[in-house]
Amino acid sequence: MSLPFALDFTLRTVALGAAVLGLVSGTLGTYAVLRSQSLLGDAISHAALPGIAIAFLLTGLRSPLVLVLGAAAAGWIGALVVLGVTKRTRIPYDASLGIVLSVFFGFGMVLLTFIQRMPSGNQAGLDTFLFGQAAALLPRDVFVMSSLGIVALTATALLWKELKLLAFDQEFGAALGLPMRRLDVVLTTLLVVAIVIGLQTVGVVLMSAILIAPAAAARQWSDRLGRIVVLAGIFGATAGVTGAVISASTPRLPTGPTIVLCAGAIMLVSLFLAPQRGLLAELVRQRRSRRNLRELGVLEDLYTLSRLHADPYHPHPSVVLRTMTSGPESVEPGLLGLEKRGWVRRLGGDLWGMTDAGLAAATREFARWHRAAGADPGDWQPIEQT
Amino acid sequence: MAELEIQLIAIVTAVACALPGAFLVLRRVSMLSDAISHAILPGIVVAFFLTGTLNSPLLIVGAAATGVLTAGMIESLSRTGRVREDAAIGLVFPVLFSIGVIMIARYAEGVHLDVDAVLLGELAFAPFDRLLVGGADVGPKALWVMGSILVVNVAFIGSFYKELKLSTFDPALAAALGFSPALLHYLLMGIVSITAVGAFDAVGSILVVALIVGPPATAYLLTDRLSILLLLSAGIGAAAGITGYWTAFLLDASIAGSIATVVGAFFFAGLLFAPDQGLVAAARRSKQQRRRFAQHMLLVHLLHHEDAPDAALECRPDHLEEHLRWNPDTAQLAIRSAVRERLIEAQGGLLHLTPAGRAVAQETMVTT
Repeated sequence: MSLPFALDFTLRTVALGAAVLGLVSGTLGTYAVLRSQSLLGDAISHAALPGIAIAFLLTGLRSPLVLVLGAAAAGWIGALVVLGVTKRTRIPYDASLGIVLSVFFGFGMVLLTFIQRMPSGNQAGLDTFLFGQAAALLPRDVFVMSSLGIVALTATALLWKELKLLAFDQEFGAALGLPMRRLDVVLTTLLVVAIVIGLQTVGVVLMSAILIAPAAAARQWSDRLGRIVVLAGIFGATAGVTGAVISASTPRLPTGPTIVLCAGAIMLVSLFLAPQRGLLAELVRQRRSRRNLRELGVLEDLYTLSRLHADPYHPHPSVVLRTMTSGPESVEPGLLGLEKRGWVRRLGGDLWGMTDAGLAAATREFARWHRAAGADPGDWQPIEQT
Repeated sequence: MAELEIQLIAIVTAVACALPGAFLVLRRVSMLSDAISHAILPGIVVAFFLTGTLNSPLLIVGAAATGVLTAGMIESLSRTGRVREDAAIGLVFPVLFSIGVIMIARYAEGVHLDVDAVLLGELAFAPFDRLLVGGADVGPKALWVMGSILVVNVAFIGSFYKELKLSTFDPALAAALGFSPALLHYLLMGIVSITAVGAFDAVGSILVVALIVGPPATAYLLTDRLSILLLLSAGIGAAAGITGYWTAFLLDASIAGSIATVVGAFFFAGLLFAPDQGLVAAARRSKQQRRRFAQHMLLVHLLHHEDAPDAALECRPDHLEEHLRWNPDTAQLAIRSAVRERLIEAQGGLLHLTPAGRAVAQETMVTT
């Protein structure tokens, strides 16, 4: 590497911080997404702003731990207000989210104008919280982020079973005698921790995307909670490191938006390319099943026709097959597909007959339907001509 | 003069936001206002690059198109069935917003378009941007822009009132009657986008959310009628605009932030003191119910044991604690309230039903 050591060091700090942030928010975002609380993160991160301002106003310190604690306290209160208002009044959940995020944020702005006017208070350092600034990350910031991250991840691991129940079957958990209400508060608290870890790097406005995108992406790759959580952590860390490093090494490229675009790209790729749930896999499955259905339809018509003769292999022209279906345009490709499978063969010109394999397949596939129509279930039989 | 104009702009903006906001709150899509107000940023930036000014009507068109596009993207993403709707909202708008922020940071350096202004707005500067017609100053431009948007919003709600009402409260019936809920939804999203882009200059994209969601949610605590809800929302929004302005004036703080804070305070007040839906009313109702229930239990208990051989034992006030497993306070409360309402009276250390009390007890026995 020809990079000077100083830049290299900054980059390493930034990358480490972003990795921690992505890992923790990916992990905890999974629970938010699974519990349909994706937008709670948005409310929490906006609600954190007045906490940051109050922490600074009270202590006069700009140390990361103080600001993060203030952010966490305010974010936590915001989350509880959302949940409380939803539970106790008829205000819909999304409306209480909107109110909490905008009102807390507005209050935070009022406080920031106070700070701006203080003799000691140039705002710098606080307004990085709006959009995040990876390049400004110092080792002490990364230390605070990592410590909080370890606490959050350890708690998640220790409460694995309980949180799983909370995410999937709260009533069952309550029936088992687990304190589900308290666990809900614990999980919300962990979510708050994940958010305040990211605020300085990604910023208030975009933090929620770092919670949602890795989790929603990981969800496409697996149906098992364990794998989703691990994958979401990996995706989050990848998006964080990629975005932060690109942003820190490119002038005039804000960090938060860059990380968000990386996470969005991972989400988009997963949405299309995941093996089971992916849209592309779905498309392939759909086309395959449509083709299969088309070919079976033609085979059935051929089978029915053949029963008008003594010989099951008696060939018929495709013109006749075209008259038997509501989709005549599917006869030609259907026959070709069946020929490729070796179930029918072309007997000169436009005449098509079943092969042995085709007859066996037709008997297997259609016996049930023909039994319902009064035919012998097992074998091919000519229909009595009257 | 500037003071008056700022207040006028605040009022017009608040009312213009509150009217479509009422429908967002009732349709449970409030967070779409958050999504749209952020996602219109790239539309604004592109329109800005094309026209070179923030004052072109093209900006409104661009933003409205982006807003409708956002709603469409959210809908098609959640319709894949791979992502829930709330996650789809939370995925789409940050990505679009990020694109806008990066475009500004990379290509718009030094021009009058910075992200802080978009996010936070600055109402205090609004009166300096005048609208000149033939060289004559006819007032601040923001007032004219928001005023026109308000007229559009009122006209939209006025002409589609019936359809909006029906599709909000009974989308299935609306669809069956031949109104297209999807068309109305996207029209509403277009209206929200126009409103958001008009307002972002003055109050910023986050506080737009406060004005769109806050006043209607507060009004929703106060009334069950849509027409009154709309009027109340507009009134609450306007009041928040004026109060917020004066709060900011007194504290010398951000006007937009103060307005949002006042919106929050109004909502909080409604939350506590709304006559029917408020928390205080709910607590009082539940306390009253508890007292009535205890009182009825007491009356039925006395009815059951009066003139019975064990009456001397059962009808002693202190026995209730033991027999009904009440704590002493509940028992005292029930007895005192029943005595006050002349349903029972104490004689010779025993509680006796009055004729009125006996009637209530018998009625309770029959109806429960």
